[in-house]
This record gives sequence, C-alpha cells and structure tokens, in this order.
Amino acid sequence: MRRNLIFILMSIEIMLNGTGVAFVAAGSRWGQPDGQIMFLFILAMAAAEVSVGLALVLRFYHLHHNLDADAANGMRG
Amino acid sequence: MEVAFYIAAIVAIVSTVLTITRSNAVHALLYLIVSLLAVAVVFYAMGAPLVAALEVIIYAGAIMVLFVFVVMMLNLGKRAAVAEGQWMQGNTWVGPVLLSAVLIAEVVYLILRARLTESASGVVDPKQVGLALYGPYLIGVELSSMLLLGALVGACHLGRPVLEKAEGRYDRNSDGARAHSGGNLIRAGAGRAPDAP
Repeated sequence: MRRNLIFILMSIEIMLNGTGVAFVAAGSRWGQPDGQIMFLFILAMAAAEVSVGLALVLRFYHLHHNLDADAANGMRG
Repeated sequence: MEVAFYIAAIVAIVSTVLTITRSNAVHALLYLIVSLLAVAVVFYAMGAPLVAALEVIIYAGAIMVLFVFVVMMLNLGKRAAVAEGQWMQGNTWVGPVLLSAVLIAEVVYLILRARLTESASGVVDPKQVGLALYGPYLIGVELSSMLLLGALVGACHLGRPVLEKAEGRYDRNSDGARAHSGGNLIRAGAGRAPDAP
C-alpha cells in the first residue's frame, strides 16, 4: 500500500481524470455538451484540490521531514 | 478514427499502470503526464476538441508543473545531485518517450485525416459547450470561481509560514531598505546598504 503523500495526490488526480473520461464519453454518446461541462467543473475542482494539497504536503514535510502519511498520528486516530 | 481511439486508450492505460507502480516520484510524474496527454487524444477522438485542449493546457501544463515543482523542492540535500546524475543516464526517459512518440504519430495522423474528411459524426463543438456553460450552468461557473478563490486563499495561508522561515533574512533586508528609501522602489531594490543617499 502506498503511504507517500505525493503518490496519494497523484492517485487522486488519476481517479478524477477517470470520472472525467466517463462524463465526456457519456456526453459524446448522446451528443450533448453537458458531459464536457461536468468535466470543466471537475477540472476546476482538481486544480483547487491539488493546490491546497501540495501546500499541506509542504507543511507536513517541514514538520516531519518525511512524506509518510502514517507519521501524522498526533491525534491517535 | 476508431483505431486512433483504441491506440490512445491503450497508451493511457499502460502509462497509468506504470504511474502507480513506480517507486520514484519523478518517474511516476513523467508517466502521469504521458497518461494525461493520452487521455487528451482520447477526448479528441471522441469528438470533444475543447476538453482535449483544456486537458493539455490545464492538467498536463499547470497541475503537473505544480507537482514537479513540489517534488523538486522536497528533494533537497546531498542525495539530489547523485540522483540527478542517475536520472539522466537513460532508462528513465525511454518509456515515456516511446509512449509519447506513439501519441504524436497519432495526432499527426488525425490532423492529416481531419482535412480530408470534414464531417465527423458526434462532435460537440466548443460553441455548444460555451452556450450551455453560460446559459443553464451559469451558477456552476460562479460557484467554481468561488471555489478557486477559496483554494487560492487557503494555499497562500498554508504556504506562508514555511516561506517566511526560509526567506526571513531576505524579508528583513528588503523591508529595511524599503522603509529607509521612503517608498522609492528603485533605491529599495539597489540598497542593501542603508547608508545610500
């Protein structure tokens, strides 16, 4: 299992891209522009998510000096 | 067109599988960029040219550059130079270059073929998308602009103390020079020495 935060963010990008492909394929099947519009919203959401996520990764690295997601167990969850 | 679609889809699947199985982050990023370009070709073959262009510009151009910057920033220390030498010795760029060569041959084929046959069925052109985006989906556009503004403010707030710690001495120097020069930015930029007239 991957515990590197960079790889987790990249996998999230891959999953969002997969949903975008599904939306665009469905919109192209029925010839409607709605699928492409949903992909544009997914694109904006992915850009927002990755900017905040990478800022959090930088803070995490300055705190723990590694990128292991299990290092963030300060709340004993 | 169908052959192009299937070849691009195979390239996308192969590069995505290689992305999630690499152990080096930079190698995985190279394969992820190739995967996004392949998905852009898939969009073009499915008859969505606007989304294909946006995929290349925003995903492969902006978001992946952000990832590359962060990976390079976190790879500090003495190991960076050694690793840099290892990355340039081949074997790391051969796979992405081969997959990208398949994609660029396919794009050239599609462009040459699109001039011959003008009418492709099932194409949703950008005019339709724009009309629907600023018609019934206008509230969604406003909401996504608010989301981007929130992300901008959040990323600024999260990144600020780290940058302050790293650039503290430069900040102090430039602030002192700016206060001393009375708002004259040319003197503030030139004046590390506060005794400048």
